Amino acid sequence: MRTVELTDPAPLARSAAMDVSSRRPGLRILAVGLVPFALAGCITLEAPTEPIVIELNVNIRQEVIYRLAEDAGNTIEENADIF
Amino acid sequence: MGDFMTRTMTKMMLAAAVAATALGGIATPAFAQRDPAYAAARASGEVGEKMDGYLGIVGAETPELRRIVNDINIKRRAVYAERAQANNATLEEYALTAGCQAILATSPGEKYQAPDGSWQTRSSAAPLRDSRCP
Repeated sequence: MRTVELTDPAPLARSAAMDVSSRRPGLRILAVGLVPFALAGCITLEAPTEPIVIELNVNIRQEVIYRLAEDAGNTIEENADIF
Repeated sequence: MGDFMTRTMTKMMLAAAVAATALGGIATPAFAQRDPAYAAARASGEVGEKMDGYLGIVGAETPELRRIVNDINIKRRAVYAERAQANNATLEEYALTAGCQAILATSPGEKYQAPDGSWQTRSSAAPLRDSRCP
């Protein structure tokens, strides 16, 4: 009895990449050589030349003034001749 | 007997010394008072307290007023610098805080600088001060 195959027999699976690299090291060198070109496509962020200034001066001042208030009051009392 | 007398006298002398020291402490004013010229300029409104913690000339400047104001401000700056350092603050921060307190401490009739920079006469009401003042 004859066996009928419904589909074409698939070729045997081969580990193509490993075969290539092991058989042709030149390709690996080429791939490694392409890495910088691949990285060139990345978005690069550069630090700004101007320093980043966050204006918190007003808030810091008030906090500082509250901290210094008692000491300043004492200073005025202790130096009554110049206040 | 003589020994007893000597000890008694020593005790009396010690007590007298302690009393004299105590009296001397009372006699010396705890805090020095304002120079009469400064007190007069302040009372007449010729000088006033600025927001920045220093004294300012309110009206027309005269050499005498400038001398008084400079003298006070130099002394204030030295005190501010020392206290600012002790409190890990900047000179300006400490001076501004002292300005808040000095304006608050003005007596009715004395001049002080309002946040808009204008000179105001202190009334019995609270003075107009910087919003950051405590």
